[in-house]
Amino acid sequence: MKALVVGCGKIGATIVSDLVDEGHDVVVIDNDPQVIEKITNIYDVMGVCGSGTDYDTLMEAGAEGTELVIAVTSSDELNMLCCYISGRLGAKHTIARIRNPQYNIDNFGFLRQQLGISMAINPELLAAREIYNTLRFPNAAKTETFSQKNFEIIEIVLKEDSALTGIPLMQIRNKLKHNFLICAVQRDDKVYIPGGDFVLCKGDRIGFTAPITEAQKLMKDIGLDRKQARNIMVIGGSRIAFYLTQLLMMSGNNVRLIENSSEKCEELSSVLPPKTVIINGDGAQQELLLEEGLNTTDAFVALTGMDEQNILISVFASSKKVPKAIAKVNREELIPMAEDLGLDSIVCPRKTVSNLVMRYARALENSMGSNVETLYKIMNDKAEVLEFKAGSDFKKLGVPLKDLDLKNNILIGGIIRDRKAIIPSGFDTFEKNDRVIVVAAGSRLNDLSDILK
Amino acid sequence: MNRRIVFYRVGQIMMLEAVLLILPLAVSLIYGEMKAVTSFAITIGAAAGLGLLLILPIRHYDNVMFSKEGFTIVTLAWILLSLVGALPFFFSGEIPDYADAVFETVSGFTTTGASLIPDVESLSKGILFWRSFTHWIGGMGILVLMMAIIPTDSGRSMHIMRAEMPGPVVGKLVPKIKDTAKILYLIYFGLTIAETLLLLIGGMPLYDSIVHALGTAGTGGYGIKGDSIGGYAPHLQWIIAGFMVIFGINFNLYYLLLLRKWKPVIKNTELWVFGGLIIITTAVIAIDIFPLYGNAEESIRNSFFQVTSIMSTTGYSTADFNLWPSLSKGLIFILLFIGGCAGSTAGGLKISRIMIMFKSVCNDIRQQRHPRSVVKVKIDGKVVDNTTLHRVSTYFILYIILIVSVFLLISFEPFGFETNLTAAVSCINNVGPGLGDVGPAGNYSGYSTFSTIILSCAMLLGRLEIFPIILAINPKNWVNKNK
Repeated sequence: MKALVVGCGKIGATIVSDLVDEGHDVVVIDNDPQVIEKITNIYDVMGVCGSGTDYDTLMEAGAEGTELVIAVTSSDELNMLCCYISGRLGAKHTIARIRNPQYNIDNFGFLRQQLGISMAINPELLAAREIYNTLRFPNAAKTETFSQKNFEIIEIVLKEDSALTGIPLMQIRNKLKHNFLICAVQRDDKVYIPGGDFVLCKGDRIGFTAPITEAQKLMKDIGLDRKQARNIMVIGGSRIAFYLTQLLMMSGNNVRLIENSSEKCEELSSVLPPKTVIINGDGAQQELLLEEGLNTTDAFVALTGMDEQNILISVFASSKKVPKAIAKVNREELIPMAEDLGLDSIVCPRKTVSNLVMRYARALENSMGSNVETLYKIMNDKAEVLEFKAGSDFKKLGVPLKDLDLKNNILIGGIIRDRKAIIPSGFDTFEKNDRVIVVAAGSRLNDLSDILK
Repeated sequence: MNRRIVFYRVGQIMMLEAVLLILPLAVSLIYGEMKAVTSFAITIGAAAGLGLLLILPIRHYDNVMFSKEGFTIVTLAWILLSLVGALPFFFSGEIPDYADAVFETVSGFTTTGASLIPDVESLSKGILFWRSFTHWIGGMGILVLMMAIIPTDSGRSMHIMRAEMPGPVVGKLVPKIKDTAKILYLIYFGLTIAETLLLLIGGMPLYDSIVHALGTAGTGGYGIKGDSIGGYAPHLQWIIAGFMVIFGINFNLYYLLLLRKWKPVIKNTELWVFGGLIIITTAVIAIDIFPLYGNAEESIRNSFFQVTSIMSTTGYSTADFNLWPSLSKGLIFILLFIGGCAGSTAGGLKISRIMIMFKSVCNDIRQQRHPRSVVKVKIDGKVVDNTTLHRVSTYFILYIILIVSVFLLISFEPFGFETNLTAAVSCINNVGPGLGDVGPAGNYSGYSTFSTIILSCAMLLGRLEIFPIILAINPKNWVNKNK
């Protein structure tokens, strides 16, 4: 598929990298020749130097035959205009980064219709939602739900020995009697799709699928109670913090927000709900954190502009027995280091955005047949969870799973049929209109048929 | 430096050369030249063996490549390619001296077309075919060919392409480098076939048509007759001259034409300058040599053929311009430097470089008149960035130093000043013929072994545009940082 990325900042570069990995023909527009040179040296893409709203530049980049235009410059207006012009030139789908809530939430319906923008992405809002989701189930490193909202995949890190460790997976299900399926295990940078004889051990990062009700019981049995966080401390008054606090306050949590700049504090206090506690002070000061009751908080979220600071104060919070510490890290290369320090929940806004764009791109690529409905990356992007809708074009409808010749490193994590979640066994089948959850490591799936050899 | 990827890619090139050598082997078989057949067979074995020797020990290699790896791969590949490519000439005994055979091969791959064979017509058909085929391979570049046919798993191959493709700025036609390489080769192949067919229809024998089309396509210029193209009918000369112009033009423009985008093609300044230079010099020379031929068609044809041949750095000839008046000789000498458009198979300085230099000189003069003025060099309405400007002037300085040093190194030879200077200029610009004893009627056979080696290096430096070789032979480059 031909894709055009306008603006090659942090988010743009991540999107380019992911699009190239997926094998798309990518053209990049940026007005800085040095940025263009750098990106064309690293990735197999064509670079055009110029403005994304300039007719000639867009024509040179071949916007008229492009399937997907992604405008991620730093200016909302420029992104919208770029999408509009390239749409007019003949680009089929356009995605714009629109950060200003005024455009993105209040008037988006109107703008979308008038400008022909297919999707608006607001990285900060997306990141805030991701953090919010994680906070709802603080003992999981990551939780994602699928289309019917009654089935989820949960990532946890086995910090101590529990009922899950030490015995083969086959026996765990007999022992625990719950309906769940362990579908991916990360051990020492390697991701395994485990078979029945796989034995988990301390320190593994595992991903399992389960219906929502079952997941709760299971977490309780293995000693990871999922008490929802109520008292939350947020450091840094960025846009993400604003969205996050809004979401948290709306669902009735107590939020203490610490921000260094007094102007920002005033600004935030005028827009946030009155119950929010906004504290003007340096969030990196341990004294202040302890004074504001770090010991009694359920969760700690570090959202300052500096990755290193976020990592370090989260580590500090963890050391003070805060049950859940989340750090925002923008630079991907820092993530593994942060994990080595013991942080299991890390939010990387540009990864979140890029994953969303990839999901869109993959759905576009195969808009007929059994296409991708949802796509999540788990295990530090080393494995993917995809939700497909089984269409009538899938040849093996009605065939028991044990008779399907699946590719290596692929596992069927669940089937959702008529709003009911099924943890599949070898005797289950795919029926038409089923939603099939597939976990894959190392292969790229576009269609449900791709799971077959 | 990541040595493994360098050796792996160079090994692949050797294997590719072994495959390409099958073609001349087949030609020799058809004409029943057994001696040539065995020499090609041995060479294929040698190339494949060398390739395997380089590839097999490398089981895993790191894909990461930077510009220094790109430069080194291209330099090593071209040197080995020439050393192995010279073997058939040597084994068949048709060029008894190995250094001479290397000169002939380098001259082929770099599309120079400078020959030191006194009597071309005595060579066997298979060897002559290989000689011209090297032009075709070297014209667009063998690494670009490799990218088009062998799947590479790295997005960083751009570094290789940039090192091998001549011109100040190398861009892509389409997002993927593999597709870009494929498109370039398809256009190249298509145009070569078109020329072969036109020559065939014009009444040239099949073998001659193919060999001449290969020579024109790479802008090389190896002929198979003692008098180059002079012995063929006038209309055949016109066809070849026309194709020399075509192969001197930027290939990106043909791609745009295929996409039916006429506007950027018509507005391409480089094309207009190239065309303008050809028309003006052709006209001046035609008037100048009119008294020699006394016939308008003949003087225009000879003038046009020689001008296009030199401008596109091909080096075919239909007349001996050594016998022309000094004005014409002077113009031909100047044309030796200029070369074709960037992104073509032609050598030389390239029109776009000259345009950039000329414009920046004008800007500099204006700047001195209005010290506070801010002026940017623009080509086709686009600003040329400072790095490119800088690189172009550095290249020009290196180019002049190279010409001067090569000229000095070979000036002990018992030839005139004119011969030695034009030999140096002609080899560096990959043209082929010069003036004096190395003119269209002469050849390089008079030069000693030392000078042939110097001139071979000069041709390689000229073809790869100096930088890659200098960077590759820098010992600091070879410090091993490989895990």
